[in-house]
Amino acid sequence: MAAAGPSVFLLMVNGQVESAQFPEYDDLYCKYCFVYGQDWAPTAGLEEGISQITCKSQDVRRALVWNFPIDITFKSTNPYGWPQIVLSVYGPDVFGNDVIRGYGVAHVPLSPGSTSVCENICFRHKRTIPMFVPESTSKLQKFTSWFMGRRPEYTDPKVVAQGEGREVTRVRSQGFVTLLFNVVTKDMRKLGYDTGPPDTHGILGPSPPQGLPR
Amino acid sequence: MVSEKSHLGDQQEPGHEDPNADARPLSMPTRRGPRSLPPIPSASRTGFAEFSMRERMREKLQAARSKAESALLQEIPTPRPRRLRSPSEKELETEFGTEPGGKIQTTQQEDDSQSYSRVKFRDSVRKIKSKTPDEEELLDDKDAVDFLLGLDRGAEDIVAVRPADYESVHIRLQKEKELLFIPSRRTVPTYKKLPENVQPRFLEDEGLYIGARLEVPRTNQNIMENRLLMQEPGRRWFGDDGRILALPNPIKPFPSRPLVLSQEQDIKAELETLYKKAVKYVHRSQHMIGSGDPPGNFQLDIDISGLIFTHHPCFSREHVLAAKLAQLYDQYLARRQRNKAKFLTDKLQALRNAVQMSLNPAKTPKSLDTTRRAINEYKSEIRQTRKLRDIEQEKDRTLLKTIIKVWKEMKSLREFQRFTNTPLKLVLRKEKVDQKADEEAYEAEVQAEISELLEEHREEYEQRMDEYRSAHQQWKAWKKAQRTKKKKKKQGVEEHPDDEMEEPYPGEDPVKPVPPEPTNQAVIEQEVRERAAQSRRRPGEPMLVPELSLAGSVTPNDQCPRVEVLRREDVKRRSVYLKVLFNDKEVSRTNSRPLGADFRVHFGQIFNLQIVNWPESLTLQVYETVGHSGTTLLAEVFLPIPETTVVTGRAPLEEVEFSSNQHVTLDHEGVGSGVPFSFEADGSNQLTLMTSGKVSNSVSWAIGENGIPLIPPLSQQNIGFRSALKRADAISSIGTSGLTDMKKLAKWAAESKLDPNDPNNAPLMQLILVATSGESYVPDFFRLEQLQQEFNFVSDEELNRSKRFRLLRLRSQEVPEFRNYKQIPVYDREIMEKVFQDYEKRLRDRNVIETKDHIDTHRAIVAKYLQQVRESVINRFLIAKHHFLLADLIVEEEVPNISSEGSGILGLRLFKLAEQKRPLRPRRKGRKKVTAQNLSDGDIKLLVNIIRAYDIPVRKPITSKFQQPPRSSRTFSEKQAASPTTHSPTHSADYPLSQVLVRPFVEVSFQRTICHTTTADGPNPSWNEELELPFRAPNGNYSTTSLQSVKDDVFINIFDEVLYDVLEDDRERASGIHTRIERHWLGCVKIPFSTIYFQAKIDGTFKIDTPPVLLGYSKEQSVVAERGFDPVRSLSEGSYITLFITMEPQLVPGESVREKTSDMLKKFDSQEDEKLLQATEKFQAECALKFPNRQCLTTVIDISGKTVFITRYLKPLNPPQELLNAYPNNPQATAELVARYVSLIPFLPDTVSFAGICDLWSTSDQFLDLLAGDEEEHAVLLCNYFLSLGKKAWLMMGNAIPEGPTAYVLTREQSHYLIWNPCSGHFYGQFDTFCPLKSVGCLIGPDNIWFNIQRHDSPLRINFDITKPKLWKSFFSRSLPYPGLSSVQPEELIYQRTDKAAAAELQDRIEKILKEKIMDWRPRHLTRWNRYCTSTLRHFLPLLERSQGEDVEDDHRAELLKQLGDYRFSGFPLHMPYSELKPLIEAVYSTGVHNIDVPNVEFALAVYIHPYPKNVLSVWIYVASLIRNR
Repeated sequence: MAAAGPSVFLLMVNGQVESAQFPEYDDLYCKYCFVYGQDWAPTAGLEEGISQITCKSQDVRRALVWNFPIDITFKSTNPYGWPQIVLSVYGPDVFGNDVIRGYGVAHVPLSPGSTSVCENICFRHKRTIPMFVPESTSKLQKFTSWFMGRRPEYTDPKVVAQGEGREVTRVRSQGFVTLLFNVVTKDMRKLGYDTGPPDTHGILGPSPPQGLPR
Repeated sequence: MVSEKSHLGDQQEPGHEDPNADARPLSMPTRRGPRSLPPIPSASRTGFAEFSMRERMREKLQAARSKAESALLQEIPTPRPRRLRSPSEKELETEFGTEPGGKIQTTQQEDDSQSYSRVKFRDSVRKIKSKTPDEEELLDDKDAVDFLLGLDRGAEDIVAVRPADYESVHIRLQKEKELLFIPSRRTVPTYKKLPENVQPRFLEDEGLYIGARLEVPRTNQNIMENRLLMQEPGRRWFGDDGRILALPNPIKPFPSRPLVLSQEQDIKAELETLYKKAVKYVHRSQHMIGSGDPPGNFQLDIDISGLIFTHHPCFSREHVLAAKLAQLYDQYLARRQRNKAKFLTDKLQALRNAVQMSLNPAKTPKSLDTTRRAINEYKSEIRQTRKLRDIEQEKDRTLLKTIIKVWKEMKSLREFQRFTNTPLKLVLRKEKVDQKADEEAYEAEVQAEISELLEEHREEYEQRMDEYRSAHQQWKAWKKAQRTKKKKKKQGVEEHPDDEMEEPYPGEDPVKPVPPEPTNQAVIEQEVRERAAQSRRRPGEPMLVPELSLAGSVTPNDQCPRVEVLRREDVKRRSVYLKVLFNDKEVSRTNSRPLGADFRVHFGQIFNLQIVNWPESLTLQVYETVGHSGTTLLAEVFLPIPETTVVTGRAPLEEVEFSSNQHVTLDHEGVGSGVPFSFEADGSNQLTLMTSGKVSNSVSWAIGENGIPLIPPLSQQNIGFRSALKRADAISSIGTSGLTDMKKLAKWAAESKLDPNDPNNAPLMQLILVATSGESYVPDFFRLEQLQQEFNFVSDEELNRSKRFRLLRLRSQEVPEFRNYKQIPVYDREIMEKVFQDYEKRLRDRNVIETKDHIDTHRAIVAKYLQQVRESVINRFLIAKHHFLLADLIVEEEVPNISSEGSGILGLRLFKLAEQKRPLRPRRKGRKKVTAQNLSDGDIKLLVNIIRAYDIPVRKPITSKFQQPPRSSRTFSEKQAASPTTHSPTHSADYPLSQVLVRPFVEVSFQRTICHTTTADGPNPSWNEELELPFRAPNGNYSTTSLQSVKDDVFINIFDEVLYDVLEDDRERASGIHTRIERHWLGCVKIPFSTIYFQAKIDGTFKIDTPPVLLGYSKEQSVVAERGFDPVRSLSEGSYITLFITMEPQLVPGESVREKTSDMLKKFDSQEDEKLLQATEKFQAECALKFPNRQCLTTVIDISGKTVFITRYLKPLNPPQELLNAYPNNPQATAELVARYVSLIPFLPDTVSFAGICDLWSTSDQFLDLLAGDEEEHAVLLCNYFLSLGKKAWLMMGNAIPEGPTAYVLTREQSHYLIWNPCSGHFYGQFDTFCPLKSVGCLIGPDNIWFNIQRHDSPLRINFDITKPKLWKSFFSRSLPYPGLSSVQPEELIYQRTDKAAAAELQDRIEKILKEKIMDWRPRHLTRWNRYCTSTLRHFLPLLERSQGEDVEDDHRAELLKQLGDYRFSGFPLHMPYSELKPLIEAVYSTGVHNIDVPNVEFALAVYIHPYPKNVLSVWIYVASLIRNR
């Protein structure tokens, strides 16, 4: 098999769930999991994780910072079903019930690269994911769910990573979560998949002339 | 620029200018510097300088100005005044350079002229405002001060203190004119929009497609054009036709989605849309085997108007001629109508003109070459046309000649025979022609022809000449060579005598070519004239027009000779009628009509054929009757079956010819037919005519009352061609059919002036083109996306060849084999070929009936059909699975239902909600069930707890040999009477208290794993043991659907352990014990795994299935004890076992089938009325509210997945007549027999056949066709039979052991109710404690549903009187009356007799297979078969079938003992319905007969199959082991 070349390619993702912007809420925690296709298999690392509870920063940004690490390696034979990270953020409501504050999803970046190769191109794989929650089906239900602290939730958070059946739900947007990724791929090019420049310096390229007005 | 520079160089300030030469505009103000000097107006103000203030200001100003000026002088560039420069000014500037001296002057002047107006304005203002001059001036000055003291504004402002500029309107307008452009509204002349000297070109006129332009008002268009012309002179906005380029109008003429009417709008009542439920046309599923197409009501109209004989045996000679004449005349008329000669003449003329035109070089600008080619083409065409014309003309002429000839013959014949038979009369009309013009035309024609021919010949001659020349040259060369050769030869004859032989000439000597002869004009002329004379009317000759009329008179009979009179008499005696044959069956016939003297018969009859089948042939048979003698078939006429578009009223009358080959010779004037006759007196020139004629008719499809043609649907037609065509292209599938319609389409397209270049019409045009050009060519494809080919990056074959792609595609199609395939390899080479093997095999097998597993072909077909139904249902399910409901995706708390429960309850519930959601001390909840995904083999165990058993059969004492003879000596009948009496004394004697009656133990086998309990004693043993059996899912797939489809059964067998003393010698008894353990099968309980899986646990007492005959055992003892006081008890006599079965760990049974049904209801559609469905939902909800555990069924899903109201399944249906005939006078026995028949239909749970989908109900005919079904189907069929037997019967839904929720049948006898188990055929009284039915949910009759609302649901404790509304809640009541629902069941059931021979054959095969199996199971021992015993058993089995296994034991036993006295015999008959071979083998295996390993054991096995109607087979297997007694 070694002679025949690689039969799988590897995708190593690490990074962090950096912070979130939820203007109205505080004391949130975040849960992440990966959704991937049939041809994918995790080889190392954690597929799921639940972060600590964080409080809003006291400065102007009012950011909820988790800096919760992600580290996983996949192997695959097929780019179809490229991994997606599904985030769900929870926190207490007025009555202290643990309720859902937002679901969000993002594909793992396709091209390899790191967030901080050089100061100039930092945050290449920084993703800001808009978060949303499903809406109640009626006003009354909205009230009771608020009152009871049992808001509508997805049966499985992974449904946000798929298109099927989404048409029956109505959602409301709610805040953002920022993610940082460092992505390393192996053997993708050998298998004929070109996902980007071979090295990160490539995109730096000749920098645009300095004196130009911006 | 260079020249300018040099000019500049001449200026006074060269040093100053030169460096900034490039930035000239900047430097300009410098040159204009003087302009910013103090302007003149200051002088005009002197008159007002009275105030000191003003003076001061002026001083200040002056100072500031001087200051500024000095600054200005130093700092050269100052911002230019804001003013647009006109081009004329620019001119001026350049002039400055040349005239430096006058520069300042000019500027000054210019300035003056500019300020002139301003000054003027100021003056006027001053004049007006003279009363308050001070203030104004003050302000003015203040402003100035502000300017000065404030920000540093433009130097000019500072310098030029003057009133605001005013421009007069005219000047402003003028200026505006320079700046502004107002596009004119006038039409722009076309030449402006086009490049010069170009004529506008209209593409539309050239036939190119131009879409409709968007409507834009003319003025707007003009404005736009003007603007564009002004802005961009490039004209690229304009098309070749001089209009603005524009895309075609994108607006569709009609909306593609329905209008959304706002709610305020009042929709008129008549416009309101009404919802109507789709009605199924044929209420039968097409899936079914043997159910044919529905009989339709179609009608074919055949109009037979008449019959004309073109020849008939009774024709006289004159008739023959008349017929011939008529025929010729018809031909003539047809020819004249077509007038081909004229057409060809015209064509010839046109061609000649064309040649003339092209020969004239002045008119044709084309190149010489093309002209010549065109001329050549023309010429060749002229030649052909001429030839054709000549032929046509000649034909016309000969036809005319023949007509005249025949007429003459006829006349002479009439004269000769001195009477006329036919009224035919031919008149030749002469049409005068202008002699001179005619002659000229004739001559011109001849001349033209001659000249053409000459030319032709000349050309030919030249060509030939060329040929000749070249040939001549060749010949010469050859000659020369020859000569030299000859010379050589002469020289070298001596030296090389062989040379001559070796060099033979290649062929003959070339003949000296003969030069072609030049054409002779005279000869050609001669030829042409001859031909013309022959084929054409001579000039001046009058044109002859024949006219045939029936004006002549027929000679009356009395003036005719005898033979002729005879003929006429004969004709009168004859009459003709037609038979109409449809699909080779006579359907109708016309009236018999006499043959007229003119041999015409008029029928004028229309036949309406009501047809069922698609017509294959339509034939008319012509019959002739002569007098009162028999009729003869003259001929058959085959009519074409009309196109589907031909409907009554539009079909033209057509004449179909026929002819007969009969030979008739007549003894009168009639010429006969098939017989030679002659017109000549000497009999020469003989003619043989056959009877022939024409039928005029029309065939068409009838139109129904509502204007719909009564045409059978396309599917019914011969499938091959039409359906292929239908699939092939869209148009024919839309409704029209066949090729002729395609032509009609083309015609329509031509008529409607379809734009052939419109891309919208492209596919249509292509189709029409194909249809009209190629006569029979129809494209075998319809391409939707014409450009698809171009975008394919690999060919389809290549794509299909790729194994990886195939795998990916199959996976995405969710093909079962690949649905869960993970990690599809990257390369094709890594994909093993065997991956596809299973799949391909399955695909192949779909069409192949596997005869290995299914012995009987019918069963094989059914199995295949079931497989197909299963697949289609699974596909539906998969589709439905992708259809999500909100509840599937989102977990949401239910809202307390206010409407139904009232506010008090809502408040209560809200109060309840206030409870702590996460209590500090949570209570323990039930263990969560394991989702069956991540399990593997060995994780799941089946726990079987065997508690106790009742009434196990007990051993009978071993009859010793000496007791035997007296018994066997009795006769059969004697025995029956005597046996109880003889038996009971032995009984009491045989049961000493100490003797062990029976030592039973239980063996549980599941998936070929066997566990057994310890042995207990007595007929009522108690084990209380738990057995653990591992469970393996098929293919290691533990998904819910897979588990639901496990078909394995749990066999619980009860054996008796028998110890045999095998000590041979009594003397050894003191020192040792030598016994052998044997086990005898007593009975079994079979529980399907699926039941355990769905029930999660099974707990209860079950009846043990004991064989009807258990040799050596009896249970008379207990029966005798109880029979005395409980008569009903006898009905349920048998043995019972108490069991508890469950699984460890507890599996989630997926969604239970019945739960899922309600979900599916929403997804699968229904034919039922919406109101009814709502009512059912309401009814069910109400029932569920009161008694959530009671089963309430109102709607079920039929085999095609539609929701059907349940009562539609119940309808009296006839049981097989055979069963009714068996006991004509005993209704109870008949009922039992019917129940037995139903129970013989194999049982197949729905959950197994439709893995995890839902409960499907098939109708009784489907059930009988399938020969498999679950409780519901059995119950429905049994209930229907009972209804037809006149019983009061209901379907009873409830819970039973071990089936769980099931269906039973309840019947009402005279005084009591009986509960029937449809799957076993047993029946129980209402108060039978051992009735397996434990609770009753609802009763279903043919017209209503009753839900049990009594306190109890056990059949023992409820009242079955459904008329009491307090006990039974009925679905249809006064508020909702029964709407009279039609049944889904067929009208009656049709039973085929089962083939006895096939059954016998099957019987033999089963026997053979079972014997082989038993030998297989005993690999270490020799298996001997006792033939004698086998044949005895075989005789005995039919007896068992007849008596249904009851009350035969004693006789049987006696019989056996008589025959096999020497053997110790243990064995029993097994009885089961036949479905497949596997259950039979399984059953035999589970008895463990083969386990005997006594060395001298012998076996006997007999199989008997009793066939019942409709292929229902009852199988009896008798297995026995024999050990010879010593």
